[in-house]
Amino acid sequence: MSKTITIDPVTRIEGHAKITLQLDNEGEVAEAYFHVTQFRGFEKICVGRPFYEMPYLMERICGICPVSHLLASAKACDALLAMKVPPSAGKLRRILNLAQLIQSHALSFFYLSSPDFLIGMDADPKERNLFGVMRKHPELGRGGIRMRQFGQQVIETLAGKRIHPGWVVPGGVNEPLSVEKRDKLLAQIPEVIAIAQKALAWFKIEFEKFREEIRTFANFPSLFMGLVTPDDRAGYYEGKLRFTDSHGNIVADKLEAANYPEYLGEAVEPFTFMKFPYYKPLGYPEGMYRVGPLARINLVENCGTPLAQQEWIEFRALERGAVLSSFHYHYARLIEILFALEHMEEYLLDPIITKSHARYSASLNNLEGVGCCEAPRGTLIHHYRVDEQGLITWANLVIATGHNNLAMNRGILQAARHFVRSERLTEGMLNRVEAVIRAFDPCLSCSTHAYGQMPLQIRLVAPDGKLLDAICRESFSEKHV
Amino acid sequence: MNPVPAVKTLVIDGTDVSASSDQTILDAAQENGISIPTLCHLDGLTEVGACRMCLVELKGSTKLQPACVTLVEEGMEVTTQTPRLQKYRRMVLELLFAERNHVCSVCVANNMCGLQDQAKSHGVTHVRFPYRSPALPVDVSHERFALDHNRCILCTRCVRVCNEIEGAHTWDLLGRGVNSLLISDLHEPWGESDTCTSCGKCVQVCPTGALFDKSKVGGKERKNPDFLSYLNDMREGLR
Repeated sequence: MSKTITIDPVTRIEGHAKITLQLDNEGEVAEAYFHVTQFRGFEKICVGRPFYEMPYLMERICGICPVSHLLASAKACDALLAMKVPPSAGKLRRILNLAQLIQSHALSFFYLSSPDFLIGMDADPKERNLFGVMRKHPELGRGGIRMRQFGQQVIETLAGKRIHPGWVVPGGVNEPLSVEKRDKLLAQIPEVIAIAQKALAWFKIEFEKFREEIRTFANFPSLFMGLVTPDDRAGYYEGKLRFTDSHGNIVADKLEAANYPEYLGEAVEPFTFMKFPYYKPLGYPEGMYRVGPLARINLVENCGTPLAQQEWIEFRALERGAVLSSFHYHYARLIEILFALEHMEEYLLDPIITKSHARYSASLNNLEGVGCCEAPRGTLIHHYRVDEQGLITWANLVIATGHNNLAMNRGILQAARHFVRSERLTEGMLNRVEAVIRAFDPCLSCSTHAYGQMPLQIRLVAPDGKLLDAICRESFSEKHV
Repeated sequence: MNPVPAVKTLVIDGTDVSASSDQTILDAAQENGISIPTLCHLDGLTEVGACRMCLVELKGSTKLQPACVTLVEEGMEVTTQTPRLQKYRRMVLELLFAERNHVCSVCVANNMCGLQDQAKSHGVTHVRFPYRSPALPVDVSHERFALDHNRCILCTRCVRVCNEIEGAHTWDLLGRGVNSLLISDLHEPWGESDTCTSCGKCVQVCPTGALFDKSKVGGKERKNPDFLSYLNDMREGLR
């Protein structure tokens, strides 16, 4: 008799989700579904609001990466105004984005995932958390907390507050950076770089213990997508989109983010609130691609900062083409932290950064605008249409976590087939299935969307096609039908 | 010779105070450093007693009286802070929140809002009444300013400043009760108003983010309603 295993809720991720595993007669996992059970609705909420409010409305999508939404939204509004921002504002926005990357990656690696590495995939869940990490390896735990604090402090210093700041406005930023504040930030960077290097050194030894996980955690060929700058470095705030394949070959390059509907399709499935973006030329679901730290490191041939470049070379030597195991998202995250710190230092040392003119003004010039940047989890696209007075008439958001949706679902199936046996189900097996998702560091609160009246339904189908059971979620209450 | 207003003595919160007979309880309290919460009141504008935040208790009366429109009387005993008053002031605030869409996360006046300040100081952490969530438009037709009906608390400060100080009377209220709506001229888009002089006084006196300067969005919009008393003094030749 076939059975269904449900992991609900999935823990140590940002947001709420559950996983359904469908077993066949032999007790093998036949299908896996990743259900995002929360609802966002921001595309509808914003209709009728003036476009210049969008950055502050849209950043409320998330408490982890508000800065990413703030920036993508402000860039979409820049496009509505048809303007460039002052050079100093551009760099300040870039620093803000890097600070966001550092704090979010630190949260993902140290707070959410390091318990799996340090305490163990099979350990007691009561011990498998940040407090357990603090007991077993206090230096690592403290370093992670300090690193996240640093990222948050940079955001606070620039933008006034750590979560949901203002400051970034269509046309630039509201207030220039003072020399005192700049110096205060610069003084902290060497300490945080040292923490990042220590964590990298530790993890490079540690991950050897996870060969089985590396082999089975969403380890398959796929496309990778991300922003690339004109000088062929990963572009976090600017650049054009590039797709590469699993051999590291460029599939498509210099794609304007503003034209995303030409090459990105967005499929919808009835079992989740999260969309399934795919690369149009390959169709759905073959056009699966991955975004985020792993993709960004796979996409380019050059990292660009001295310390991170060394790590980048070592990382890319793991495999001949692109690094394919999603377990290595963790490793890539640490390299990106190092890169972000070095890059931030470069920007802060540029004298232009304290220039007082940080905002241009213009009135509405375009009725449609797209903004794109790299959020910690991957490429983020905000797309707005306005009426002639500047009120939003339509919006579409393509969220980093959404890009990874196809790969996450497939990764869960791969790991579940490897680790889950119905006759001997253990906590450790289920944790590994969860850990696949955790490797992608999905932000589910960001990534859900509205699509008509969508009751969430889970169907349990026997191998002969007979419907055994169905669960229907309507108005946030669950009932069996 | 102008008759000199008689001096009245009264007690506010246990303090003996004196005031001239043409002063309100609110005037007398403010002169003596006694704080009474207000929303629709603004120094320099006529009083309308619309918001009911300044309700006070008078000895010998079971009815609560708005301090901004009640004149002082000889021997009056006024109490400005009691659990009963607190209860009603909180209720007034909760009803204001429930009436329209005061979502401060996108409000230009966030952290600089009279309604938010009052809610904070009265400890309004929850609204026990169901939100009406009305679908209200945003008028962005004016070149410089915008009107967001969602944030409007119908205090009519804008109506009064436009009429009494600027002399344009662009603003007025349409309808009654909960369905009232601030309108410009004969319910035309603000940008098409024939009477609006674009002076911006209404924006400065608006206690919430209902009226705002488009160019200030994202910044800290500091409104400065204090100009009114200067304008009044100048008009009366006192400066």
